Amino acid sequence: MVFFVGYGNKTLVGWFTLVCMPEESLPSESFEQLAMPHFERLYNFACWLTQDRQEAEDLVQETYAKALKGFSSFQPGTNFRAWIYKILRNAFLTSRTGLKATATVPLDLEGEEEALPVVKETPESILLQRSDGQIVQQALEQLPIAYREILLLCEVEEMSYQEISATLAIPMGTVMSRLSRARKALRGGLQQQFAKRMN
Amino acid sequence: MVCESWKAKLDNCLDGELPEEEMRGFDAHVRNCPSCSADALARVQMKRAIQVAGKRYAPSAEFRKRMQQKIAAKPQRSFGLGWTLAAAAAVILVVGTLTSAYLGTRSGRDQVFSEIADLHVATLASSSPVDVISTDRHTVKPWFQGKIPFAFNLPELQNTEFSLLGARMTYLDQTPGAHLIYDMRKHHISVFVFQERSLPAGLDDNSLSPKQLPFNLETWSQGGLRYFVIGDASAADIDSLAKLFKAAS
Ligand SMILES: [Zn+2]
Repeated sequence: MVFFVGYGNKTLVGWFTLVCMPEESLPSESFEQLAMPHFERLYNFACWLTQDRQEAEDLVQETYAKALKGFSSFQPGTNFRAWIYKILRNAFLTSRTGLKATATVPLDLEGEEEALPVVKETPESILLQRSDGQIVQQALEQLPIAYREILLLCEVEEMSYQEISATLAIPMGTVMSRLSRARKALRGGLQQQFAKRMN
Repeated sequence: MVCESWKAKLDNCLDGELPEEEMRGFDAHVRNCPSCSADALARVQMKRAIQVAGKRYAPSAEFRKRMQQKIAAKPQRSFGLGWTLAAAAAVILVVGTLTSAYLGTRSGRDQVFSEIADLHVATLASSSPVDVISTDRHTVKPWFQGKIPFAFNLPELQNTEFSLLGARMTYLDQTPGAHLIYDMRKHHISVFVFQERSLPAGLDDNSLSPKQLPFNLETWSQGGLRYFVIGDASAADIDSLAKLFKAAS
């Protein structure tokens, strides 16, 4: 069919694939065309959540199976990326690793600002991230899940606040406050990592 | 004092999440303020560092292949063929949308128009295009109360060729709005209403050539609300419906 060329608006293309063709001749590309472009990023995100490559593979697999099964509940015209990330995240949170991670550190960290280390705005953090990407990775790994995931969605996935709000199912105000806390926590973590290296 | 207010918004600025006007103000301030520009630079570097560090894991080719096979092999969902005629007509049009609208970079305005066209098409093709089926504007208007953050008037349609089919809530980039669907000699026309302040500026610039959209579209701002009338009806018919709305508001 003429519509399945690789244009940007995947939602629309996928949607038309579904709506406009008789069921028996539906091409199998439709879900695939919507979902596969997110594959690499979803896997990366899954690795950051699980901290384990095998578990990440399982999680991505589960996500795609669930997304496929629930595809009819996806509202065309809404954000597919937020939708599939939400599925992945929910699958993670109910997994053994996810349950364990959120049992020790609550997912909802709002109002716990006092627990964070006080961070001075020093140029150290700039220097160290310039000199060594590994140190940023380590600091990210050390963050509680809630901070890690929101930073990844914002900086790596480059989601808008609204997309993040849809993905994490939290209000916009919480997106902003959580992001700000996550950034503060990361700066604190970086300074700790930096200090460790200096010793 | 000025700096404090900017510093509080620094992250939102750098995330591109402030209204355009504030962004410009921020730009102007940072240019002349060493303290704020140093802060901004540090945060931009931090953002970059996270971006680089965050793109750490790549799936193996083997895993990718495995997933692709799994997805490709699965049967597709069943679906309802609602409003088949409209959908079929839209298919022809959508080719035009895809080929023209996505070539080159689109301005904010073109983006909005194209999203409006997508909403129009996707709704008509949906198995349940409307949330409230009503030909009576007196039913539709109160239905929106509490669902959208504003109120607007629907025109009286007596002695016109238009009839109201129904309405639904809609989102334009997460901004809630009203979507009304009208019928006119078998053409479906959508009317969208949003709050003007939540949309990008410059929508009234009429330099858009009609060829860029496979629909006729008219848009205007009135009483703080932004209206879009779109459909495959003639430009004159779109304009008549627009005039009815303008008169009712
Ligand atoms: Zn300043």
